[in-house]
Amino acid sequence: MAFLELKNVEKRFGSLLAIQGVNLAIEPGEFVVFVGPSGCGKSTLLRMIAGLTEIDGGSLHLAGRDITRVPSSQRDLAMVFQSYALYPHMSVFDNMSFALRLANVDKAVIREKVENAARILNLGSYLQRTPRELSGGQRQRVAIGRAIVRAPKVFLFDEPLSNLDAALRGQTRIEIAKLHRDLGATTVYVTHDQVEAMTLADRVVVLRDGQIEQVGTPLELYDRPANQFVAQFIGMPPMNVVAAAALPSLSKLVGVPLPLDATVGIRPEGVSVLPAGQGAVQAQVDLIEALGADTLIYATALGVPLVARQNTRTAWRVGDAVGLSFDPATLHAFDAQGKALRTAGA
Amino acid sequence: MNESKLSLVVRSVAAWVATFVVFFPLLWLVITAFKTEQQAIAVPPELFFAPTLDTFREVMDRSDYWSYAKNSLITSLVSTVLGLAIAAPAAYSMAFFPTRKTRDILMWMLSTKMMPAVGALFPVYVMAQTVGMLDSLPALIVVFTLSNLPIMVWMLYSGFKDIPPDILEAARMDGANVLGEFVHVIRPLAMGTLASTGLLCLVLSWNEAFWSLNLTAAKAGTLAALIASYSSPEGLFWAKLSAASLMAIAPIVVFGWFSQKQLVQGLTFGAVK
Repeated sequence: MAFLELKNVEKRFGSLLAIQGVNLAIEPGEFVVFVGPSGCGKSTLLRMIAGLTEIDGGSLHLAGRDITRVPSSQRDLAMVFQSYALYPHMSVFDNMSFALRLANVDKAVIREKVENAARILNLGSYLQRTPRELSGGQRQRVAIGRAIVRAPKVFLFDEPLSNLDAALRGQTRIEIAKLHRDLGATTVYVTHDQVEAMTLADRVVVLRDGQIEQVGTPLELYDRPANQFVAQFIGMPPMNVVAAAALPSLSKLVGVPLPLDATVGIRPEGVSVLPAGQGAVQAQVDLIEALGADTLIYATALGVPLVARQNTRTAWRVGDAVGLSFDPATLHAFDAQGKALRTAGA
Repeated sequence: MNESKLSLVVRSVAAWVATFVVFFPLLWLVITAFKTEQQAIAVPPELFFAPTLDTFREVMDRSDYWSYAKNSLITSLVSTVLGLAIAAPAAYSMAFFPTRKTRDILMWMLSTKMMPAVGALFPVYVMAQTVGMLDSLPALIVVFTLSNLPIMVWMLYSGFKDIPPDILEAARMDGANVLGEFVHVIRPLAMGTLASTGLLCLVLSWNEAFWSLNLTAAKAGTLAALIASYSSPEGLFWAKLSAASLMAIAPIVVFGWFSQKQLVQGLTFGAVK
C-alpha cells in the first residue's frame, strides 16, 4: 500500500466539480509535484490533502490510516504557504517552535530541534527577529523551518517560490532540492512553474480541469506525453503542434498512417534551420530570440508557424528564406481528441 | 495671505467653533454643579461666583450614590464581558468561514440598531415582568448585552477580517484546534480590536438610560436613573441635577480620556486600508 493515497477524491464548489475523481498513490520519501494551468485544481487538491478543504467524495489514506475526515491539526502534515503565513507577533524562534510547544514537547528538545533547523537553513542569527524584520527569502526559509522542526509524515508546499524574485527563486529551489535529498521526507509540491516541476520532482502530476492528465517522471512526460495538453504544457517553448494535413512533409516522417484529423507535434530542438533549398520544407524567419545559451528561431512554413531551438549562435536574420528539417525521433502524433498515437519513433 | 494659509485659518476656526458647540453643555454642567440653586437659575447667568460643594453633599445625603454607581459598574462590566464572549465567536465564524448569507446576517444585525428602542419596550418589559426580573441587574445585563451585540459583532468582524486567513490555516496545520487558534493567534493579533470593542461597549452600557429608567426602580437603578431622579415632579433643581450628572459621567469621562487611542482605533477599523 502506498504511503499517501488518494482514492477517487472529489471536490464540489456549488454545481462545479472542481476535483473529478482523482486517484494517486505516493510512495514514502517521494517528491511529487502537482503542476497545471491556473484553475486546474492543483492547490485545491493540496488543501484537501492538508485538511484545509473538505473532501466531498472518495477517501484519503496516510500510512494505512483513513484521514479523509481527520482535522488538519491531527493529520501530522506540515505545509509551507505561498504567502509564508508566519505568525507576525512571534519571533522566528517562536514561529518555528509553535507546533512543538502546542504538542507540549520538552523545552530543551524544542530548542535543539529549532536550532538544528535554523542551522540547516542559515537562520541561526535571526531567531530573535520578528517576520517583519526579515527579507522575503528569509521569511520563506522560516516557513520551511517551521515545517522541518515538526518532522511531519508529509511536507506540503503550495507555490512556495512564487513571491520571490527570479534569482532568489532559483536559489531557493536548489535549497529545497538539497533539503529533500538530506531529509528524504515525502513531499507534495504545487507549482505552475514547469521548471520547478521538472527540476524538483521524482514524479510530476499534470492536472487540467480537476483531472489528472498524466503522472510520470519529468523526462517521461517530456519524451512520452500522454496527450497534446501535456505535450504542450511541458517544455519551454511549447512543442510545435500542427494539423497533419497542413504540413505533409512533416506528417510523413511519423512513419505510420495518420487519421485525417490528426495533429503532429515536434519539440523545438527537433527542428533544424538550414540554408534555403535544403531540408524538408521551405520557410521564412519571423523572429529570432537570442537567449545566450540557446537561440529560438520562429519561422513560418506553408502558413504554419514553427519554432526551432538551437544551442549555437545564429547568423540568420528576420525575413531570411530558410529550409527546415525535422528529427523523426522527436515526433509525436495525436488524434482529434488530443490523445497520443503510436509513432514509428516511439 | 496665500490661499492655503487662508484655508488653514478658516478650517481651524471652524474646528474650534464646532468643538466649543460640542463642549459647551459639558462646561455649563461643570460650572452649574459648583453653584447654589439660586446662582444656577440667576438671570443673567453668573459667570463669576464662589464655587461650593454643597450640592454634591446634598446629592450624597439624599441619594445612595454608591449603590447606583455599583449597579452601573456591574451592569457595564458584565454586559461587556458577556457581549465579547458571544460576539467574538460569531465574528470569528463570519470572518473566517463566511457563507453566502454572512453579509445578509451582518446587515440584519445592524438593522436591529435602526429600530427605536421604545419599539421593543413593551415586549421586553412584559418578558422581564413575567420571569420576575424587573428592577434586577440580570435583566439590565441581558438587555445591555443584546443591544450592544450588533455593534460588537461588526467591530470584531472588521478587525478579524484584517487577519490573513493563511495564518489561521498555518496554526491549524501546526496542530492548533479552534481554541488554540483563538488564544495563540487571533487574540494577540486582534488585541486592539478586542480592547476597543470592549471599551466602547463599556461606555455605551454605562451611558445607557432608556432601559435603565424603564426596567428598574430603586434596587437596580444605574447612575442614569440617579440623574433622572433630580428631574422630578417636584421641579428642576439645576445645581443638584448638574452635580448628580457630573458625578455620574466623571468615571466614564476619565476612563474614556485614558482609553481614547483604543476607542478611536476601534471606531475607524476598516476605514483605512
